[in-house]
Amino acid sequence: MEFLLEPFEYEFFRRALLAALLVGASGGMIGVYVVLRGMSYVGHGLSHAAIGGAVVGFTLNLNFYAGAFAMGLLAVLVINKITQNNKIKLDAAIGIVTTAMFALGVAIVSKLRNFKQNFEAALFGNILGITDHDLVVIGLVAAITLVTLFFSYRALLFSTFDNEAARVFGIKTESVQFLFSLLLTFSVIASLNVIGVTMVAATLIAPAMTARMLTDSFSKMIIYSTLIGSVTGVIGMYLSYIFNVASGTTIVLFSALLFSLSLLAKPIHSLSANLMKR
Amino acid sequence: MQATSLFNAQFSAAVQLSNVKAGYEQNVVFSDLSLEIAAGQFAGIVGPTASGKTTLLKIILGIHPVISGKILVHNNPVNQVKPGTVGYVPQLGSVDWNFPVTVEEVITMGLYTNGRILPWLSKEERKSVYDLAYRLGVEDCLQQHIIDISGGQRQRAFLARALISNPKLLILDEPTSGVDIKTQHEVLHLLGDINREGMTILLTTHDLNAVASHLPWVICFNRGVVAQGQPHDIFTNEILTQTYGGDIVIVKYEGHLLIANSTPLHFRDEKH
Repeated sequence: MEFLLEPFEYEFFRRALLAALLVGASGGMIGVYVVLRGMSYVGHGLSHAAIGGAVVGFTLNLNFYAGAFAMGLLAVLVINKITQNNKIKLDAAIGIVTTAMFALGVAIVSKLRNFKQNFEAALFGNILGITDHDLVVIGLVAAITLVTLFFSYRALLFSTFDNEAARVFGIKTESVQFLFSLLLTFSVIASLNVIGVTMVAATLIAPAMTARMLTDSFSKMIIYSTLIGSVTGVIGMYLSYIFNVASGTTIVLFSALLFSLSLLAKPIHSLSANLMKR
Repeated sequence: MQATSLFNAQFSAAVQLSNVKAGYEQNVVFSDLSLEIAAGQFAGIVGPTASGKTTLLKIILGIHPVISGKILVHNNPVNQVKPGTVGYVPQLGSVDWNFPVTVEEVITMGLYTNGRILPWLSKEERKSVYDLAYRLGVEDCLQQHIIDISGGQRQRAFLARALISNPKLLILDEPTSGVDIKTQHEVLHLLGDINREGMTILLTTHDLNAVASHLPWVICFNRGVVAQGQPHDIFTNEILTQTYGGDIVIVKYEGHLLIANSTPLHFRDEKH
């Protein structure tokens, strides 16, 4: 028991745990829309563009988040623009835009040897790398995500389900799309130090997909996904300490485990529902 | 060609199109189109595939821009129509049936136009959703996922979403496709009842027989209005050939119209 409670004695761990909880919750919330809008690849691409931006920002003596946010936002705007005419598909646009931005970051890193250590932490997540400043950013992003999704719930649901009909009913779908892209960019960037660039996509997708296996209702899916994201973040971070591996890997592996269990739970749930009907 | 005119001194238009040109990039679908749909009308637009029916609906809905011309919906320019004035039921074939929404969640999407932004429903909203669902016969499946209900119930659920804001004009894209003949009959009867209460209804369909037996007004459309009027006046060999470009058989029997393509005769010959 003492062994299990030991990590809580360290401030860095408590800070990391809180960060993982908030990142998991906001990723779980926004991940529902990412999955249902068919944008699962966006999180992956955005995180790469953001790290490219962070590196560019570093060379310009800018804050990590400022560079990452500027490049992430630029990526979103460029992707939205070039997919508007439907000739270029979303996945292709993400592939070219975000990879190019990531490549720019890698090119700079290979020139600046002293950046290597930070860069690796950002790739895979680092339990020791979460500062008070990171925690403030993560807390702000989680609060902004929660409040925005709460007040735009109806517009986001309608435009995600049926974009064309949503326009007829008076929803400014382009503004909703932009707002959503902005939230997603915030969420991905806030997750970088906890999860790492290479793992961010899974923290957006896995809780939402697990929740989808458990319910057919949109409102319940949002609640389940937020809870699953939070629990995954906390337990994943704990496992990171126990096994002394990168926090991103344990969070993603634990979320994959929950998703696998939900795949098993779905047929059991259907079977018991059928038996109840009889 | 205008077989019959509804226009009179009291005429008020739900939809007015004046010299409209519309299309996609270089492809002009129709040009110089002028058309009026009278308030209170129950009209069906028929025409072959790629004749521009859906484009026509989309420009009336304000979700596809016109190249030139003017569109008024209840005397307001189409881009200034107050949300909730027009209800819309899309083609069911375009719906993602695996999307995690219950029937109640689908219907409540239509409440967006009432200005409430809170995620949950007020007591009044919940009652209005239930009352409408009851009227349309889907009250027992409000908590069911949309994939778990029948074709007729799906059509009614989406109809409820369009009606919940009490629109003046209801537009439906192919409401008779993908459902069996009994459901088709039920849906068109229901629309007839709604129309008798004063709502203007405009729909597109490929089912000429359904139009002939249920709709009081038909618009034959092929990149422009070929003819419009009451089905008995409009469904003639000349007009339908002009609209569809092929041989069409029209049988009149005890006041009913039956329209068929002449192809089955060849099919019978081949079998012998």
